[in-house]
Amino acid sequence: MGDYVRQLPEASADLARRPSLALRLHIDVPLLLLLLMLTCFGLIVLYSASGTQLGAVVRQGQYFVVGYVAMIVAAQIDLQRYQRWAPWFYLLGVGLLLAVMFVGVGAKGAQRWLDIGGFRFQPSEILKLVMPLAVAWYLASRALPPRFSSVAACLALIALPSALILSQPDLGTALLIAASGLFVVFMAGLSWRYIGGVVVAVFLSAWPAWIYVLKDYQKQRILTLLNPESDKLGAGWNIIQSKTAIGSGGWEGKGWLNGTQSQLDFLPESHTDFIIAVLAEEFGLRGVLALMGIYLLIILRGFWIGFTASTIFGRMVAGSLTLTFFVYVFVNMGMVAGLLPVVGVPLPLVSAGGTSVVTLMAGFGLLMAASTEQRGLLH
Amino acid sequence: MAQHIPFRDPGQAIGIYGARTLVAVLIVLSLLAIILLRYYDLQINDYETYRTQSERNRVQLQPLPPKRGLIYDRNGVLLADNRPSHILSIVRERVTDLEGTLAELQALVPISGADLENFQQKLQRRRPYEPVPLRFRLTEEERALLAVNRHRLPGVTVDAQLVRHYPHGELFAHAIGYVGRINEQESQQLDERNYRGTFHVGKVGVENFYENMLHGEVGYQNVETNAHGRVLRVLERHDPVPGADVTLHLDFDLQKTAFEALGEQRGAVVAIDPKTGGVLALVSTPGFDANLFANGISGADYSLLRDSPDMPLFNRAVQGQYPPGSTIKPMMAMAGLGSGLVTTETTVPDPGWYRLPGNSRRYRDWILKIRGTGHAPHVALEMAIAESCDTYFYDLARRLTIDGMHEYLQHYGLGERTGLDTTNERPGVLPSTDWKRDAMGQPWYPGETLSAGIGQGYMLATPMQLAVATAVLATRGEQRVPRLLRSIAGEAQSPPLVTTMAANDEHWTAVHQAMRAVVHSPRGTARKIGQGMPYEIASKTGTSQVIGIAQNAVYIEEEVAERHRNHGLFIAFAPYEAPVIAVAVIIENGGGASAASPVARKVLDSWLLRSPADG
Repeated sequence: MGDYVRQLPEASADLARRPSLALRLHIDVPLLLLLLMLTCFGLIVLYSASGTQLGAVVRQGQYFVVGYVAMIVAAQIDLQRYQRWAPWFYLLGVGLLLAVMFVGVGAKGAQRWLDIGGFRFQPSEILKLVMPLAVAWYLASRALPPRFSSVAACLALIALPSALILSQPDLGTALLIAASGLFVVFMAGLSWRYIGGVVVAVFLSAWPAWIYVLKDYQKQRILTLLNPESDKLGAGWNIIQSKTAIGSGGWEGKGWLNGTQSQLDFLPESHTDFIIAVLAEEFGLRGVLALMGIYLLIILRGFWIGFTASTIFGRMVAGSLTLTFFVYVFVNMGMVAGLLPVVGVPLPLVSAGGTSVVTLMAGFGLLMAASTEQRGLLH
Repeated sequence: MAQHIPFRDPGQAIGIYGARTLVAVLIVLSLLAIILLRYYDLQINDYETYRTQSERNRVQLQPLPPKRGLIYDRNGVLLADNRPSHILSIVRERVTDLEGTLAELQALVPISGADLENFQQKLQRRRPYEPVPLRFRLTEEERALLAVNRHRLPGVTVDAQLVRHYPHGELFAHAIGYVGRINEQESQQLDERNYRGTFHVGKVGVENFYENMLHGEVGYQNVETNAHGRVLRVLERHDPVPGADVTLHLDFDLQKTAFEALGEQRGAVVAIDPKTGGVLALVSTPGFDANLFANGISGADYSLLRDSPDMPLFNRAVQGQYPPGSTIKPMMAMAGLGSGLVTTETTVPDPGWYRLPGNSRRYRDWILKIRGTGHAPHVALEMAIAESCDTYFYDLARRLTIDGMHEYLQHYGLGERTGLDTTNERPGVLPSTDWKRDAMGQPWYPGETLSAGIGQGYMLATPMQLAVATAVLATRGEQRVPRLLRSIAGEAQSPPLVTTMAANDEHWTAVHQAMRAVVHSPRGTARKIGQGMPYEIASKTGTSQVIGIAQNAVYIEEEVAERHRNHGLFIAFAPYEAPVIAVAVIIENGGGASAASPVARKVLDSWLLRSPADG
């Protein structure tokens, strides 16, 4: 980390000396370069994972175009404006979630979408960005580290949309969104006593949660995780196949387009949630290390932007978004490797799918807005 | 850190934020390290395990069953070929609701309980992406129905597989046998490697005897499949070696003639080329449709065949053991001449019965109940054969003794399997004192010798054995192992083993002349079939008792239940001067030889009178 930290400020300083395009466009160049690397790597893997269908890559490329535009647009807006808009965003998000509850459309037994003039979208995606903004907005005007009352208010802010999403039902997204709000509280300096208390409470509530909260399919996922062999051709199939794909890649991998597990459809969801298995099979542990390296640099850059941000709001938002991004990486890589239960979390910016790309890129736009604010103050 | 600080102190907040960032970074690093360790474990430590597993997943060795060799008659008439049979299968993995799919299929095509049971058993053992057969032999209509409803039945497939087909059904069922589905017992005996992908095996007859040649060598292909079992790419392919095509000595027309001549009667016809041992016709009636077995016979159909009192599955030609009756008299005569006990001039007084010295029991001649007296006051060899005089042969048998008879008659192939290239052949019985002691633990009684002398009592022979014996007579002592197989893949088979019996040529001539008189003399027992016969034959009639006739009881044919009537037998070779065919006919419960001889006439006509163009 040390080398990295030494180099990057110089780089941005270099760019800053000239009235650079990057600054005028509010672009954080190191972050952009890392994202471009990730995008390219992702599309290369996707080409293989989709069964060498160029169409899938082109479609994903279009999502990325939209994503990058969303990022640049999000980066143009002043961070203080986000702070002012945050409560309204929040209300809009909760309103949309309530709308889903009453007029939403569903698939596979879950009601997650809103259909507005033929355009379908998941309001829960919006919450992924709105939640950190809202909690950061609330805490930015309070004494830090937050008092008990502030923490309680934050928990209420977090609980309302999370409960609505949980009722769709979408446990994975609800947890991610709750986490993004909690990360703000954590970055704001939440007392370790509270954190310890929460950890204990989670352990204590595990038993009742198992009995009363978790649905059968969710329990099945957890049981399958513990013993995938118990249901070889049913729920365990995905995990066994993805582990086989990953393991058979070895250090060097089987080579691009040569991943037999993924090419031969043994691997389910190979182009979406399980795409890391394709990468691991075809590019080996080397490829996994490279991908993880890019992710780590993005995360570190995100923390750095937060660390150098000029406002408390910017710091908290940057820290939360970065941690959320990391959670995506961790949960996805962990579940595909059989470490965590299978939940519907994509590998960020690599898995096929438009929604998560746009959301994540807009999130990076927020990071860039924070970065711009800091540089803007310097100059 | 939990210490509260004044309202909005950015410096302090940044300090807190820095500390929290550090903690977050450490958490991120340690969790990523755990993930990395996990991938290291999978990809480096357990690499070999998963690599092997992935190979198994990916490459599938698929057996390619060879095409079974075809069977032709001597003129190239196809007797057994292979035709596509359509099989309804289910790929478990692609079916969401198996019960529903089965119910829906049952509404479309008939599926028996046995089919379902079979399916459920196989379902346990197959992988989910392998098709499991549910119904065989789909008719065109059923296929059309399934095709129309295909969209509603995901995971249901209809595939064509080559299955044995016998174009002439019943006609050759006993001659060439049939194939059937491999059963549990057979699968343990067969070469597992070579029979991967093969569902049928020769069960009986030529199909079984030449199984190795007909089956061929299995081929393999290495294919990449996806989890749906779909073959994506053939990696390597070893073509199967098809089974050899086989040509038999059998003659389609002769077989058909014999089959039709037997008609509704239970019986058998065997025709042999005496010079080669080649079997020209092998018929046993009633027959059965061999295609039933090739397609997997239903339980009901099988019970019907198995339980029929006419025993259609019983191959009378090689399994049927009958008392040969008077058909052994020419051989007895050769034994008498060869042993020097009689000459052609020796006569025996014939009052119509015979009595052992010092015994009051009369052994009747068959003529007694017709004429009330014997064939003639004194009977010599030619008359004894032409008119089938029992008294003459009672006397000869007594003097020859049972062991003497055994000694001479075994050269005709009686009492042991002919060695025909088929299955289930029975050896018959050529009795001797040794045989009786071994088989029954009893001494031989003199009276039994008399019965044996006219082919009754313990003596048993199959129609095949009688045909071989007739060929030995025709060739003056050359005994050949009979053969159905003429050539394999166009290569003629080496002539069969010949064992030649030492005998005086004049004796052969004398016996041949006597056999000619059976048809071609005014008092010959088969003179009726000689009418309008443009060639000369040597033959012998035979009648064998099914039940013993009590002493002094008068045998009235009409009063004996049909199943207890005598068997009618007839053996012949022709043409007389240069025999090219030897025939044995038996009609079960035909009443007498007069039932068998017309059948032989038709067979001989078919073979001898056909124009050269007929082949």
